[in-house]
Amino acid sequence: MIASLNKKALIIATLVSALVIAMVFYGSRELQNFDPALIGYLFGTVFAFFGVVYRYSVWLQRPPTWMYFKRTWQFFFKGKVFAHLLFFGKEFVQNIGFQKFIYPRGRTRWIGHFLMAIGCTLAFAITFPLTFGWIHFTMNAETSLNPESIRMYEAHFFGFKIFEFKLGSFIAFLTFHALNWCSWLVIIGVLIFMRRRLTQAGLIATQTFEGDLLPLILLLAISITGLGLSYDYEFMKGMAYDFMAVTHAVTVIMFLIWIPFGKFFHIIQRPAQIGAHIYKREGMKRGMATCPHTGKEFATQLHIDDLKIVTKELGFDFRLEDGSSHLDLSPEGKRSRLAMAHLKARQENGGKLFG
Amino acid sequence: MPETNYQTNQEFFVDMQRCIGCKACEMACAECETNGHDSMIHVNYVDRAVTIQTTVQVCMHCDDPVCANVCPADAISKDEFGVVHTANTARCIGCSNCVMACPFGVPKKNEAYDLMMKCNMCYDRTSAGKKPMCATVCPTQALFYGTREEIARMRPNSSPVNNFIFGNEKVSTKVNIMMPKGTTVLRVD
Repeated sequence: MIASLNKKALIIATLVSALVIAMVFYGSRELQNFDPALIGYLFGTVFAFFGVVYRYSVWLQRPPTWMYFKRTWQFFFKGKVFAHLLFFGKEFVQNIGFQKFIYPRGRTRWIGHFLMAIGCTLAFAITFPLTFGWIHFTMNAETSLNPESIRMYEAHFFGFKIFEFKLGSFIAFLTFHALNWCSWLVIIGVLIFMRRRLTQAGLIATQTFEGDLLPLILLLAISITGLGLSYDYEFMKGMAYDFMAVTHAVTVIMFLIWIPFGKFFHIIQRPAQIGAHIYKREGMKRGMATCPHTGKEFATQLHIDDLKIVTKELGFDFRLEDGSSHLDLSPEGKRSRLAMAHLKARQENGGKLFG
Repeated sequence: MPETNYQTNQEFFVDMQRCIGCKACEMACAECETNGHDSMIHVNYVDRAVTIQTTVQVCMHCDDPVCANVCPADAISKDEFGVVHTANTARCIGCSNCVMACPFGVPKKNEAYDLMMKCNMCYDRTSAGKKPMCATVCPTQALFYGTREEIARMRPNSSPVNNFIFGNEKVSTKVNIMMPKGTTVLRVD
């Protein structure tokens, strides 16, 4: 097993994991603000970082992926950095933030995905810094000692006080229950997607349990057990809280460990879509390829030239006798050439229709 | 994949000379549940300036699919029956590598979805032991789905060919193209 590991990826993933641990140590002011109750979550998170970086590094080494990765950064840094940054920012909000490409695929589908995405992103933004000890809360010492004053609660980031709020206020209610709001968003999104996956024939035929249903079940389990924690201390006087806490921790840690291997890895892959858009945009500036069969422009010349390199690296050789390539043809041109080759074979065989 | 009733003795046979351009297959293809009602089949004029001949193209389901190899997002996969599936919607980044690399010109990029889509041999039907939509409606049987024995009986002067040469590249496929009897390979260059 060790021999089959990708050395380059192993080194990068180990370095990143070490960096995460160092950032936890220093970000929590040498563990002063680290909450030991979250140690299980920390192990899960560090493993998730290791796995994600390992898989990402292996993925980048594939010839087509590396070509896109290389080209994107080449374009990004070769002049007009700010124009690219602006484009990247716009695309990030539209495609990563709002996932606008899902809307044309179905409105309910988009609503479901958006709710899950926003719920998960908010939950990540809250729980990762909490687990790392980067965020912690304290009582304002002065107000807590004075029974006449309103009690204030303080939020600290990397040990610096960033804001305070009154205990019992609306802001306190929103802040303390932030993860509950995330849970509700995720639950609604998951139910929409569960319904799709359990009723649509096309999905039923092609989906797998571990690839498509398990991720939804995991998200649902995390959200319900998370809500259970609040329910327990609000309405059950904290009875069996240990059991509830362990159940929630188990589901979350399973989710974290599953990120690099399963469907959740698409969250990490998705920004590559922006890279593909930058690639197309830059390619169009450099000129389009014209199909020798249809005489129409069909793709960027850069794309066709790069594909020739990538296919060669992958062991495919589409070079024709005249020095051109089958890849110079548009999809329509390729279909027509195939039909023409079929006609030629028929003509060479007497020319009659055969049955 | 879940448990299936995929009939491994049934194959796809395409006979281009029989295509009359009626586009019944296009309409039927849009009924396939796995496409989400987008038609994936191609009917186009071979060389409109000189002939009214149309050609029909389904995914050939290559043994070593170029589309899957050039996909930077690992979005295309081949199953145990040799069916090359359409892009995984969660992974596809809409780069069009597969669209431009497929030697048969099959995958389609849906710009609004930012997603590649292609024929997956009506997997919702074939996995249940049924025939693909296009083959069930083709009036001339330019698209035929059945056993080798059936096609040999129906087309005594034809041979199914699933080996193709594009320049220096040999491509073998799951789907067959009907050729004059005795032909073993179709050379495209």
